[in-house]
Amino acid sequence: MDINYTPEELAFRNEVRAFLDEKLPKDIASKVKNSQHLGKEDTIRWQKILNEQGWMALHWPKEYGGTGWSPIQKHIFEEECAEYGAPTVLPFGVNMVAPVIIKFGTEEQKKTYLPSILNSDVWWCQGYSEPGAGSDLAGLKTKAVREGDHYVVNGQKTWTTLGQHADWIFCLVRTDPNAKKQEGISFLLIDMQTPGITVRPLITLDGEHEVNEVFFDDVKVPVENLVGEENKGWTCAKYLLTFERTGIAGVGQSKAALKHLKEVAAKVQQNGKPLIEDPLFRNRLADVEMELMALEMTNLRTVAAAQAGGVPGAESSFLKIMGTELRQEITDLFRRAAGPYAQPFLPETFEADYGGDMVGPDFANTVSAKYFNMRKLSIFGGSNEIQKNIIAKMILGL
Amino acid sequence: MDFKLSDEQRMLEETVGRLVRDGYPFDVREKARTSELGYSTDMWQQFAELGLLGVPFAEDFGGFNGGGPELMVVAEGFGRGLVLEPYLATVVLGGTLINALASDAQKETLISAIIGGELRLALAAYEPQGRYDHTQVATRADKQGDGYVISGQKAVVLHGDSADKLVVIARTSGGDNDRDGLSAFVVDAGAEGVSRRGYPTIDGLHAAEITFDKAAGERLGEEGKAIDALEKTLALGIVALCAEATGAMEVACDQTLAYIKERQQFGVPIGKFQALQHRMVEMRMELEKARSMTILAACSLEAAPALRAKRVAAAKALIGKSGRKVAEEAIQLHGGMGMMEETAVSHYAKRIVMIDHQLGDLGYHMQQLEGLLDVDDDAA
Ligand SMILES: Cc1cc2nc3c(=O)[nH]c(=O)nc-3n(C[C@H](O)[C@H](O)[C@H](O)COP(=O)(O)OP(=O)(O)OC[C@H]3O[C@@H](n4cnc5c(N)ncnc54)[C@H](O)[C@@H]3O)c2cc1C
Repeated sequence: MDINYTPEELAFRNEVRAFLDEKLPKDIASKVKNSQHLGKEDTIRWQKILNEQGWMALHWPKEYGGTGWSPIQKHIFEEECAEYGAPTVLPFGVNMVAPVIIKFGTEEQKKTYLPSILNSDVWWCQGYSEPGAGSDLAGLKTKAVREGDHYVVNGQKTWTTLGQHADWIFCLVRTDPNAKKQEGISFLLIDMQTPGITVRPLITLDGEHEVNEVFFDDVKVPVENLVGEENKGWTCAKYLLTFERTGIAGVGQSKAALKHLKEVAAKVQQNGKPLIEDPLFRNRLADVEMELMALEMTNLRTVAAAQAGGVPGAESSFLKIMGTELRQEITDLFRRAAGPYAQPFLPETFEADYGGDMVGPDFANTVSAKYFNMRKLSIFGGSNEIQKNIIAKMILGL
Repeated sequence: MDFKLSDEQRMLEETVGRLVRDGYPFDVREKARTSELGYSTDMWQQFAELGLLGVPFAEDFGGFNGGGPELMVVAEGFGRGLVLEPYLATVVLGGTLINALASDAQKETLISAIIGGELRLALAAYEPQGRYDHTQVATRADKQGDGYVISGQKAVVLHGDSADKLVVIARTSGGDNDRDGLSAFVVDAGAEGVSRRGYPTIDGLHAAEITFDKAAGERLGEEGKAIDALEKTLALGIVALCAEATGAMEVACDQTLAYIKERQQFGVPIGKFQALQHRMVEMRMELEKARSMTILAACSLEAAPALRAKRVAAAKALIGKSGRKVAEEAIQLHGGMGMMEETAVSHYAKRIVMIDHQLGDLGYHMQQLEGLLDVDDDAA
């Protein structure tokens, strides 16, 4: 047993650090570190830099332009990116739809879609959830009826993240209304410009426009946009899920956030002393630190098992729960560190080009918005309750 | 011992309940919240007409002569409706401090104006460096002619942006952290030397950063002796906040319960899942604790200062802890819907959590409580 990185892994880490030192734009990293708004342009600029380096597609096979990295290398890369304040790569294209196309798509589809995903020329969104189908995804009702060389799609998707920017959406649709729930579903790629699609904003409790409703009214989709076989979409959906959960532990993000929290708590004064010396606050910091160590080791053990050939299965559910709870706890501590200054809500100060005065300490402006926004972590990507159901069933055999 | 409300208290409860039910539906509140002022002056006038603005004041001025329990009843009702108007700032904080310190002549004008709905106040006590500690006061007041001039900075003054007058705590002697030497003043919000930066808060209210630069102030009560009255006022404010939180937590629990009964997934209402039933039970348990502690604090305002301080700190700390749990669970059990601005429960969650950031949070009050562990129930 040896919990240290090998010399090769350490050399790889140095390579990643050198790259981030040189290539990560300072203005973007500063926005990430200060929780300021990232624009679509920022994300695309960074993703194109990654692609130039050949580091955009962590999970693709090498022949399609993937890195071919081991799970430990991916872990190192993700952790360093978070530490440096690199924006998270938008998962919908590169980490969600692409692996499905690579596994189930035709040669034609691979040629059509993969290059523009690698180079971030096309922006994807995920059309799974519906008003009536959240945790019970297989209960989806959006239907696609085949008419000649087209499907005609009618229905509604909801909570579609960043759908307002998307060029394409990948959807689960019902193609056989008579089959059993999971068996009549297909996986369709739909151009957002197709007539009959309407996108409406949904505003979240922190005032952000992050999610949308997407309506389909007699939308004609060419049959060649079907991925895999008709009525076998659930297989694609399940396959995608294993990718959706990679990096789910968010160890890098929590580490970076905790580091920032400690810096902040060392600056904020309470009773003439830094807050970090307050026994109660310090105790909670220690608790988070302990949980983070446990999470990191659990994550590494899971990653190493995958390295050895095992596929991370239901174990990733543990990581999702632990990781999201920890990130949420850290946002709670940020809010406490801000004290009374957690209250002011000035969204204009979230913009990097805001030139005016802040209210209270600089870090305080975004803490409450972030605390409330991060409630989503335990809801999406399979809610934490659903993860517990998976563990109970798949691991405990209950 | 009797937990029943008196006839008068019940009437008060019904008045507030009716007002909130009829006058405060979600869409009406949203309109007021997103307006420039952030609340409705019409609603404020209704408060005046219904006598609500006089609850803690003497009958001589047209008040109700109420104490902790009466304010608790009002604030709990307001919590159910997520009331936006500056009741806490004007009546509970600004008003009762004036009531405790002012001369009869001052009261005659100020208290009557509050009760009539013509005067909105804000309490400018806490300072940027002081966090939740009301004794850390660097703002100074110096004698000049008949009056005083005040200079200093006040932080996150609740409803300070729209107040007509400010009740300001300033130092007339002593060092920045001394308990002695604090005095209270009334300052015209529009007076020369007062600059305000108003802003919305994340729970839909408004507050302001206020700078005083030799602003003229009229003293309330004896010079340098405001601390006892201030602490009594803050204790009452905490009772009102605890009660407001309890009302808001009750609605968050009710809405969540209704939602899990109605929301269908996997062919059944999600409330059929035992995992969620237990979560709902825990939310209700937190609510019961919150209500109990609010009653305890509300009925302890006239107790010996140390005992009052202990119970009030315990109540506010518990609300901080229970409130967080209820707010987070209410969102979680609503799933994606709980994250939406258009879902009422998200607004309840925000207010409940932000109450922890007013008049001392969980950490601050736990620290107070730690210092009062030896105080027992028959402390004199
Ligand atoms: C910010 C945000 C972004 C999102 N982005 C996307 C996106 O881009 N694309 C997309 O398709 N979807 C997206 N979603 C949707 C997300 O996947 C769903 O919200 C999630 O699946 C939960 O579904 P629901 O909201 O309908 O909640 P429900 O399924 O109604 O669940 C409500 C509550 O009941 C619990 N529950 C449900 N079933 C059970 C059970 N069997 N046992 C115990 N508890 C249970 C849940 O855990 C939850 O607490 C997003 C959601 C959010 C909040």
